[in-house]
Amino acid sequence: MFHRRKWAIPYLLLTPGTAWLVIFFVVPMWYLGKMSLSQGLFPLFSFSWAWGNFHDAISSYRTQFIRSGEYAGIATAIALVVSYPLAYWIAFRGGRWKNLFLLLVIAPFFVTYLIRTLAWETILSDNGLVVHTLQHLGILGSDGRLLATSTAVIAGITYNFLPFMVLPLYVSLEQIDVRLIEAAEDLYASRPWAFARVTLPLSLPGVFAGVLLTFIPAAGDFINAQLLGTPRQYMIGNVIQSEFLSVRDYPTAAALSFVLMAAILVLVLIFARALGTDRLTVSHA
Amino acid sequence: MKFVRRHVLTAYAALALAYLFLPIAVVVAYSFNNPKGRFNYTWQGFTWSNWTHPFAYPGLSGALKISVEIALLSSVVATALGTLIALALVRYRFRGSATTNLLIFVPMTTPEVVMGASLLALFVNWKVPQGFGTILIAHILFNISYVVVTVRARLVGFDRHLEEAAMDLGANEWVTFQKVTLPLIMPGILAAGLLAFALSIDDFVITYFNAGATVTFPLFVWGAARVATPPQINVIGTAIFLIAVTGMLANILFQNVRLRKTAQVV
Repeated sequence: MFHRRKWAIPYLLLTPGTAWLVIFFVVPMWYLGKMSLSQGLFPLFSFSWAWGNFHDAISSYRTQFIRSGEYAGIATAIALVVSYPLAYWIAFRGGRWKNLFLLLVIAPFFVTYLIRTLAWETILSDNGLVVHTLQHLGILGSDGRLLATSTAVIAGITYNFLPFMVLPLYVSLEQIDVRLIEAAEDLYASRPWAFARVTLPLSLPGVFAGVLLTFIPAAGDFINAQLLGTPRQYMIGNVIQSEFLSVRDYPTAAALSFVLMAAILVLVLIFARALGTDRLTVSHA
Repeated sequence: MKFVRRHVLTAYAALALAYLFLPIAVVVAYSFNNPKGRFNYTWQGFTWSNWTHPFAYPGLSGALKISVEIALLSSVVATALGTLIALALVRYRFRGSATTNLLIFVPMTTPEVVMGASLLALFVNWKVPQGFGTILIAHILFNISYVVVTVRARLVGFDRHLEEAAMDLGANEWVTFQKVTLPLIMPGILAAGLLAFALSIDDFVITYFNAGATVTFPLFVWGAARVATPPQINVIGTAIFLIAVTGMLANILFQNVRLRKTAQVV
């Protein structure tokens, strides 16, 4: 073993990758921050501590911000309800086929994101089976539709980010020592009680990670609102996207990006506090 | 009671899986559709011709070629860089490891639209023309974190006694790494590479901000969706899906065979 210069080894291993992350993640964030405080018209922006950009961004697009939070929140909740029993079933009933079932869960997401979303456009379309069935059952009026409504956008978001919910749930459930649950039952805990007092608390790190990993991309998404909704369903991602790529008002778009990041960070911290999982955030990082 | 519970859960899981596969079934089915107009939304009749002429639609093959090139290059580079970081983080205690962890974690929690926008701000400021190169840079960037997490999971469960044994038998550190460590963490590295490839070939948002005039497959679908949706898109989507699933199946089988071999040795 080379004792001398051994301290340098981790830094040698780290340098190429972290350099990439610093140059292409940290530095761009700095430029984005500078842009958010600039003024001017494309392509001539000048830095001027223009804090007004933030005020304008928030007051002009308050609706889209709130809508993003709502859609992402509802979609995350539905994803949790769909995923938990599925992850539970794979972890505790999957036996030697666990990996295969896990593959089945991930497999649909190897179809390109946009193609998947276009498929939902077909499924939810006005003369599709889903709309006809719902109309027949009277849940939807005879001229009712799903496409171009918030329901369709939320449905799309729920589906598209599901693996981010299933995988962390599965990982935390799979790690649970079954003997702990058996012990609870030996001590006369009913099955639901054993679940509530043993399995569920032990799977909370997975719930926490899953909710974060689903909510964050969902809140920033613009594809579902664009393909399954109308401008009345547009989220903050749609605004950022069009401000950058169509309107080319970079300062406003940059300010919106930072407000989005800050809002997500605040929500994450509140959520962590609510779950009493400060410890979890640390171990997750 | 137990019987009912067990089957309720199984039925629920089956339903959830059916839900996951519903859009995929639509994609596959409509790859055999023979649409009369420009849009592939309603069923018109069965045909093989989309599969026999997958590149009949202009621009599709070029876009796919660029996507595959970027996915290959970015997954190889990101896997190399990420594996090195994972090794450093798991194997060594050093100053700055907490900062490094943060640097890995934050990009994964940044909304794609923000990451794409920040790269755009960088390239505009540095006056870098956008195109193949900037897409590649962006894909390597978002892949690194996922590679680190995947490889690290493999390294954490690693039995260091195996390395000590090799060194007791006279192997130096480099030989030990090559002959013991690397083969044992290879499934993790392969899985990370596959994940990176899949993330890259699927990425739309970050690419959209940094593509310039270059068109990848997802960008092609996006552009096409406004004027027409040729069934060839479904053919390519299905093909990518089949290739990815085959790759993952092979990885699972490979790991199972290894497990069985190890079990026999022990």
